[in-house]
Amino acid sequence: MNTSRRYFLKVAGLSTFAIAAGASKGNAAEYEAYPEGLKAHRWAMVIDTRRFNSPEDMKPIVDACHKAHNVPTIPGPKEIKWIWDDTFEHAFAGDPSPILPERIEKRRFFLLCNHCTNPSCVRVCPAGATYKTPGGLVAIDYHRCVGCRFCMAACPYGSRSFNFMDPRPHVKELNPEYPTRMRGVVEKCTFCAERLEKGQMPACVEASKGAIVFGDLNDPKSIVRKMLANNFSIRRKPDLGTDPGVYYII
Amino acid sequence: MVEKVLKGSPKYYLWLLFLLSIIGYAFIVYVFQLMYGLQTTGLTRNTSWGFYIAQFTYLVGVAAAAVMLVLPATFHHYHPYHRVIVFAEFLAIGAVIMCMLFIVVDMGQPQRVMNVILHPTPNSVMFWDCTVLCGYLLLNAVIGWTSLEHESRHVEVPRWIKVLVVISIFWAFSIHTVTAFLYAGLPGRHYWLSAIMAARFLASAFCAGPALLLLCLLLLKKLTGFDPSKPVIRSLSITIAYAMGLNMFFYVLELFTAFYSGIPGHAHPIHFLFGGHEGLNVWVTGWMWTAVVLAFVSIFFLAIPKYRYNLKILPWALVALVIATWIDKGLGLLIGGFAPTPYETYEVYTPSFWEVSVGLGVFAVGALVVSILWKIALEMKKESGVPFELSEGE
Amino acid sequence: MYNSKFIIPGILVFAGLFTAPFWINAVSPKHEAVSVALPKDPVVFFGEARSKCIEPKEWMAANHMELLIEWRDQALRNNKRIYVASDGKKWQTSLQNTCMACHANKDEFCDKCHNANSVSPYCWDCHVEPQGNNK
Repeated sequence: MNTSRRYFLKVAGLSTFAIAAGASKGNAAEYEAYPEGLKAHRWAMVIDTRRFNSPEDMKPIVDACHKAHNVPTIPGPKEIKWIWDDTFEHAFAGDPSPILPERIEKRRFFLLCNHCTNPSCVRVCPAGATYKTPGGLVAIDYHRCVGCRFCMAACPYGSRSFNFMDPRPHVKELNPEYPTRMRGVVEKCTFCAERLEKGQMPACVEASKGAIVFGDLNDPKSIVRKMLANNFSIRRKPDLGTDPGVYYII
Repeated sequence: MVEKVLKGSPKYYLWLLFLLSIIGYAFIVYVFQLMYGLQTTGLTRNTSWGFYIAQFTYLVGVAAAAVMLVLPATFHHYHPYHRVIVFAEFLAIGAVIMCMLFIVVDMGQPQRVMNVILHPTPNSVMFWDCTVLCGYLLLNAVIGWTSLEHESRHVEVPRWIKVLVVISIFWAFSIHTVTAFLYAGLPGRHYWLSAIMAARFLASAFCAGPALLLLCLLLLKKLTGFDPSKPVIRSLSITIAYAMGLNMFFYVLELFTAFYSGIPGHAHPIHFLFGGHEGLNVWVTGWMWTAVVLAFVSIFFLAIPKYRYNLKILPWALVALVIATWIDKGLGLLIGGFAPTPYETYEVYTPSFWEVSVGLGVFAVGALVVSILWKIALEMKKESGVPFELSEGE
Repeated sequence: MYNSKFIIPGILVFAGLFTAPFWINAVSPKHEAVSVALPKDPVVFFGEARSKCIEPKEWMAANHMELLIEWRDQALRNNKRIYVASDGKKWQTSLQNTCMACHANKDEFCDKCHNANSVSPYCWDCHVEPQGNNK
């Protein structure tokens, strides 16, 4: 029994109005998950990069994410982004001078939080503001973030953005169902935890028309495992031991 | 004891007033930073730490340096240091206070700073850094104050203080080790991901800290006539020379690993710091080479006894050393750590005017704390009959 | 006592000033309850039009802040986003989508009481207040 529940009962017990309600309620759970919520041991994403050949293929997906989550559009190096695209050389940095086939050289690759199995950002957070959920998502509690930016230094993928200013004036169209962030906290992709828990796929997956798939990596029958079993895929900087959860089919 | 702060010469008051005016100005700038967020700084998404954290790192070293006097005095009974140990401890207090302030001004949500204690996370090095810094502040305050009080009453210091002194020796090593661990455990930041980081930090701290202390002591002699005594100056400058030698040696070790292995991740940050990248970052290149030149100048004059013991040359060698280590362990370390970005691109970080303003204010707070504490220490010494001027033989 | 003719009056003046808020409060007019705008129209939650608050009004007035903190922690840390009220009704744990779906008039509901009690919670630094009003 958590503290607030105990506190609630104490207050309720003192007030006549709650006696009947309290008795009829019995031991019912006070908090529940949505029954239709999607569950996984290890959420993972597979991006079929063969299907992204022009900026027009990328934009609707970035927009879907940024609109759903009220991600501000701030020009310049203090920008905030949850999902964006870059070239092969930048996305898979490590080879200083690769010789690539033309189709790969022209292709763009989505970059986003990898929701690592061993996330260095979670390891370094001094306030427990960034943490792993039971489904393997790396989440941030914006209420608790102190804005020290240690996680940004620790993330080898550059997935995190800091709110150098109040983001609200830079959000073009406010989605009234999702909060914005405030100045002084770090934010990033959440793998749409709030959608998964209501039984929906992440916004980018939904907008990708099948080019991005999402599922449980630990379930051999899941769609991500099927995709990975039939196609050659790579991950970003696997040598760092973070075990990233985003796979790229080349 | 505290009343000693109030009585002083017009020059002393003018100095305090000067510091207070800088603090006042910086405070106003900081209020704007609080209201508008860290957009007032030159920091970016890819270079997310800069001027503030650089000063923090350097000053942890300055704080740890008191151990270079306490250790010989405690474990080797080297008595000359007892004359000035309290000044080293009080300098450490000033340095730790500056460290804490630099962390706070760097935070996006400083009003939530207590979250670090309310939600303790032992897996985070930052949590341990806060813990050891607070502990070190407390240790130095208790030890410095109590020893000073006992000295003024001409009684032996109590046993429990001696226990605390031994703890503080190990604690000093730990604070800088933990600060190095902030950097040395991050995957993907190659310039920092080095096993020798903590050793480098300690070597750099044990030359820069005593150098700063010695400079302040020489200034104190000029202003008040309090002679730190010849053996103190001699022994400290030897310590500084050895530590600087080690510090430079350790950097050469980094260069060897980076360039003999030829691994791009290790070599790129160093290339960038000293050579820039396709015309980018001209100022950092000049900055780093300045550090190299000054480092060699300082080690040359410190290593040769004839120059080291010449009080006309020594202060300049120390100034060169302090600047060289400040560049290397300050902005050099931070900019090198964030270059290249995770996408192998390069960008320029330059601290903004406002960032430097707030930083100056924090330095002024430190100077104010040290001035006041040293003033107390000096008056107490005078009262208890410690001779200020010493004859040649002593 | 040394200098007692200065010290004793000094202490008295200090004590008087220090406890001044109590004295001023004692002689000033009685505290008035803040009257806030309550929603009139029912709103649909979980397929059901509801017009009563999740818990009794008095309890909510006193405890909503702690309840919201509990909601936040349950949703973010335990993946539990449904609150089962003491009458057994289910609600989504969301300030924006549950509370403010009815209490859409932030100025006359939230702000009015918060201002009267001079508290300034930072909820709306992030959470979006409704565009339309349910007065």
